[in-house]
Amino acid sequence: MAGAHPKVDVLIVGFGWTGAIMAQELTDAGLNVLAVERGDWMDTATDFSTTFAQDELRYYWRKELFQKPAHETLTVRNNATQTALPMRSLGSFLPGVGVGGAGLHWNGQVWRFLPSDFTARSHNLERYGKTAVPDDMTIQDWGITYPELEPYYDKFEYLCGVSGKAGNLSGAVQQGGDPFEGPRSREYPNPPLDMPYAPMLFAQAAASLGHHPFPHPAANMSRAYTNPLGVQLGPCTYCGFCEKYGCGNYAKSSAQTTILPVLMRKPNFTLKTGCEALKLNLAADGKTVSSVTLIDADGQTYDQPADLVILSAYILHNVRLLLLSGVGKAYDPNTGEGVIGKNYAYQITSSVGFTFEDKILNPFMGAGALGMMMNDFNGDNFDHSGLGFIGGGYIGVLQTGARPIETFYNPNDLTTWGGDWKKKVARDYLKTFSVATHGAVMSHKGNYLDLDPTYRDVFGRPLMRMTFDYTDNEHKMSDYLTDRALEVAKAMNPRDITPRYRKGSWDVVPYQTTHNTGGAIMGTDPKSSALNRYLQMWDVANLFVMGSTAFPQNAGYNPTGTVAALAYHAADAIKSQYLKAPGQPLVQA
Amino acid sequence: MDSSDGPDGRERTQLSRRRILAAGALLGTAPLGVAAETIGGSGPPWAPNTAAYPQSPDPAQRYDFFSGPEAAFIEAAAARMIPKDELGPGALEAGVPIFIDRQLAGDFGKGATWYMQGPWDAGLPTQGYQSRYTPAQMYRAAIAAVDKATQNASNNPFAKLSGEDQDAFLKRLASGDQQLEGVDAKAWFKLLLQNVMEGFFSDPIYGGNRDMAGWKLIGFPGARYDMTAYVKQYGKPYPLPPVGIGGRPAWSRG
Ligand SMILES: Cc1cc2nc3c(=O)[nH]c(=O)nc-3n(C[C@H](O)[C@H](O)[C@H](O)COP(=O)(O)OP(=O)(O)OC[C@H]3O[C@@H](n4cnc5c(N)ncnc54)[C@H](O)[C@@H]3O)c2cc1C
Ligand code: SF4
Repeated sequence: MAGAHPKVDVLIVGFGWTGAIMAQELTDAGLNVLAVERGDWMDTATDFSTTFAQDELRYYWRKELFQKPAHETLTVRNNATQTALPMRSLGSFLPGVGVGGAGLHWNGQVWRFLPSDFTARSHNLERYGKTAVPDDMTIQDWGITYPELEPYYDKFEYLCGVSGKAGNLSGAVQQGGDPFEGPRSREYPNPPLDMPYAPMLFAQAAASLGHHPFPHPAANMSRAYTNPLGVQLGPCTYCGFCEKYGCGNYAKSSAQTTILPVLMRKPNFTLKTGCEALKLNLAADGKTVSSVTLIDADGQTYDQPADLVILSAYILHNVRLLLLSGVGKAYDPNTGEGVIGKNYAYQITSSVGFTFEDKILNPFMGAGALGMMMNDFNGDNFDHSGLGFIGGGYIGVLQTGARPIETFYNPNDLTTWGGDWKKKVARDYLKTFSVATHGAVMSHKGNYLDLDPTYRDVFGRPLMRMTFDYTDNEHKMSDYLTDRALEVAKAMNPRDITPRYRKGSWDVVPYQTTHNTGGAIMGTDPKSSALNRYLQMWDVANLFVMGSTAFPQNAGYNPTGTVAALAYHAADAIKSQYLKAPGQPLVQA
Repeated sequence: MDSSDGPDGRERTQLSRRRILAAGALLGTAPLGVAAETIGGSGPPWAPNTAAYPQSPDPAQRYDFFSGPEAAFIEAAAARMIPKDELGPGALEAGVPIFIDRQLAGDFGKGATWYMQGPWDAGLPTQGYQSRYTPAQMYRAAIAAVDKATQNASNNPFAKLSGEDQDAFLKRLASGDQQLEGVDAKAWFKLLLQNVMEGFFSDPIYGGNRDMAGWKLIGFPGARYDMTAYVKQYGKPYPLPPVGIGGRPAWSRG
């Protein structure tokens, strides 16, 4: 079928947040861009309109907008002595499928990482000495700094119309914002959302203990907003069906609500839905990707040639496609050599529940990123001397909407039924909330991704295998955060307090976060990283890999602000440098 | 597959599309999207009258999946797990058995979107559901095994035990102390508890939460969607009664 699929300037694999950002930027540069997405086209009016978007069973429990394990899943185990088994139904994380990717049903929590997060290894060694980083903790510096990324963070925040309050404007600390954040060049585009009762009570209690609470930066609109592309978003109505749901109000930023109305009109852009990438094909010299094998909805397979390939299929699929295609050297946990699959990391969370005797909190109202947070114990914002761990996380009350099934059903607590239970929930539902902690996960030698020896996908190809567990560092850190959260909860004077420490091994069953990271990390040296600072593969110059795939370890924040900033940074380098000398590495190894 | 009309009389074309999608995944050949489209240059391909309304079952009191003895079990268990009391209806009165029946008869029961390929291994608790049974098959095997166990112990199916004995049996299932022949008792109880909660608290269009009994019990306003005016009303009860996706009984002419 040569000629039927003429070469394109750019082929984008996967059309979620990063795919849409790259398509918008590279079509602006005049390139002819083709994006392929294995899921369907989806839009607000058709797929999650306000007349039926608020459906807990359909969207969360029956997982309509998420990846279907029947098509592709992965196998999981906590360590190499166990046999990995398939995640048969989704649990711990919920990868997206379809136009917009997971960005369609995310919360909209938009964070910047701390300046010191980008130098996690050298910073901790310098401040705490050699013992701060044990031998098997494989953390690395990113090869990029916060000041270099600042303009790109800013660009994403304005694209999304983030509602928030700056805490540091060009070095000057701002009242009411997060005093620990890195300097930002200007204020958020929109003011903070209206704050409900529970987060306000948290903020008062936290401040009384000397902490620094501030409104969570939210890609949920506090007012109508027109972004720099001219796309309009509507105000959030605090509907409480935000995380894990599409927004019926055009009030949550996604590819659909910020980019696609402009991108889809461009003559030099084409999107194929129902079209899945199966393999990246290397040219004879092994130094470039010459084409990508695609399969259409009716089962036709063909090779699509392209000059430049952007892999933006979400970290789990990016890494699997690299492994299946034999692009880059696979990581070997025994020798520490190889880079594809290396430094997989995640997030560690915990919470402290509280119930008031008489305060009605109306927990059902909410928005994905609505709440009051504090970063006093994130990153290296506090002295870790003698604590036995590095890293940290944010603590706060995030009021996303207490949907009842999710509130009452916990797969790890099978005692929540019967007459007494019924009386308790009737009495307490409106007066109960929790303080959440959201912690970093450092990378470790034994946490990695490779191909499963046994289980296959619908095409008969190996599933990816995830070997992951929390180590002492994460447990100590998370317990420390939970203790701090408990202190704030006590200061709120509730009737009941229920601390829920994260105990034991990582468990694939309960939902935690879709913040998977690593597997093709960025860095300064091709021996220890897969990508250079522009997300370009060291050994394959026309391949750029997007997403949290590039994180050498995870920080204590949600990833997408940093994911998007890295994408914009890469797009700028492609436009200003790569296109002048196509096929060349942007950094000499 | 489903050509009934949406609330306003429009065809549910989008929904049929998704249903084919799940079937395609089972056949093991079709990729996820069957609505393959090549789009570009002319704007987003949105089209009017294609909104993907949810499917709702016929609310008539008749079982599609459960046999007579199975229905007796599920009604008895539901009535113990969320009992009727002075606070209001329980799971039985709220239609939870009908809800579960419809779920098991459909895609959920078939595990249509789950990864169901072998080999099978019991696995560790941290590895999640590992049974070869689909949810529907697991219910069928488990209910038969429950009745067999209670017959052996006290000559009665579960439904004929006293309420206290039923509670005790369910508690042993939850704690893992009660094994069942041929089926992982705890894995099934997890599923049962999940489905009971779903049936009591999901939107009434799915056959449970009848008359929004679950939502009224706790004060959840349902499908309201606009809370703007109430966010800063600290400590004040939300004033409006719940609504479902299909509206409120009081809004229909009956
Ligand atoms: C419930 C939930 C809440 C979240 N909340 C937040 C939050 O508040 N803040 C935050 O920072 N992050 C959040 N996230 C994470 C956030 O959604 C992701 O970081 C972000 O979407 C990643 O962007 P991406 O472009 O890498 O991948 P995605 O946006 O997921 O896009 C990847 C796309 O590639 C497609 N694809 C995959 N494989 C192939 C293939 N082989 N061929 C063709 N197409 C393919 C997929 O179908 C998908 O559409 C959340 C995620 C979830 C699920
Ligand atoms: S909470 Fe706001 S942003 Fe989120 S889905 Fe509802 S209206 Fe949209």
